[in-house]
Amino acid sequence: MPGRIQLVAIVGAAVLLLTVLEMVRRRRLMERYALLWLLSALVLLGLGIWSSALATISHAIGVIYPPNALFFVAIGFVLLLLLHFSSAVSRLSDQSKLLAQRLALLEERLRRQEQSVGGLESAVSSERTEELARVPPD
Amino acid sequence: MTGESSYLAVVPAYNESATIVAVIEELRRQAPRFDTLVVDDGSTDDTCALAVEAGATVIKLPFNLGIGGAVQTGFLYAREHGYDFLAQVDGDGQHDSIELERLIAAMREQAVDMVCGSRFLTDDHRYPAPISRRTGIHIFAFLLSRIVGMRVSDPTSGFRLYNRRAIELFARDYPHDYPEVEAVLMLHHHRLSMYEVPVRMYTRGGGISSIGTGKSAYYMIKVLLALFVGLARRRPVAEPGDRAPVSAEHGV
Repeated sequence: MPGRIQLVAIVGAAVLLLTVLEMVRRRRLMERYALLWLLSALVLLGLGIWSSALATISHAIGVIYPPNALFFVAIGFVLLLLLHFSSAVSRLSDQSKLLAQRLALLEERLRRQEQSVGGLESAVSSERTEELARVPPD
Repeated sequence: MTGESSYLAVVPAYNESATIVAVIEELRRQAPRFDTLVVDDGSTDDTCALAVEAGATVIKLPFNLGIGGAVQTGFLYAREHGYDFLAQVDGDGQHDSIELERLIAAMREQAVDMVCGSRFLTDDHRYPAPISRRTGIHIFAFLLSRIVGMRVSDPTSGFRLYNRRAIELFARDYPHDYPEVEAVLMLHHHRLSMYEVPVRMYTRGGGISSIGTGKSAYYMIKVLLALFVGLARRRPVAEPGDRAPVSAEHGV
């Protein structure tokens, strides 16, 4: 692999790796979602440094120019990550739907309880006023 | 610590209908000073109904949050209701609730913020963990002991007693997926202390472990990542020679 493109690949993968680690450290990224990112960054970094492995891969998949094989691997990881996030988003939207439903049911139940308690209180207080009204003033 | 202290036993349960009733009844019989809170982590069986019937307070989560989210619900409940001590007891019957008194005694004697039951400090190996899991646990134990500067023999044990300070800390911030190992590290970063007591553990009475064999590798990698990243996290500032106030970073 030509020197300049190799350097670019290595620097790019290293920056990605450090960014992911830093985001985990700052809690901008949960470990659960960082693992696949870390795997991608490590593999890309590895292929960038170890160019004979990249040459083997490019030969195996019939790519003449090895750096293109790096793009191929990178796009593979991007697709994998996108699928991973789509499944995560599906799960999250399912959960938020469930939360909204539970919350709405709970609010309805609370409202009904408040109404029945309120009704009871007003009944008690009106009874009390009637009682007071019946007491003859001195 | 007087007799007026209040104690809460938190039992995280995910599809534990085979054992949950026995666990609740044992707690009532063998650890009567504890109130029992079952956190049903979105079970799809009748764990919730059985626990209510057995007389426990039950919080049913609307979907599965994982063990970290379930246990943290217990910490939130304890903080909200002003409990002084919280014990975490698994819902699968592998912990012996009679040993809670020993955890309490150890917390009193050692004046620590968390007491942890360890299955590796005793000669009585009634807990025949598979060799792969034991190896994993020992790797964590080795790393964690180096990091926190004291021997931690069983960092994955979920049989723990926490005091008020630890409850405050973990109600605010508790690790997500496989929390036990990371929780020890957090405790250390926040200058809280811990102590281990030998306990017996049994094999699971029923149900399936939250960690299947296929997930073990993922578990190892995730916890190792959390450990090493946790090392580089910003820590609460402490005055020299002073214990830092409990604080946690906000926002995830």
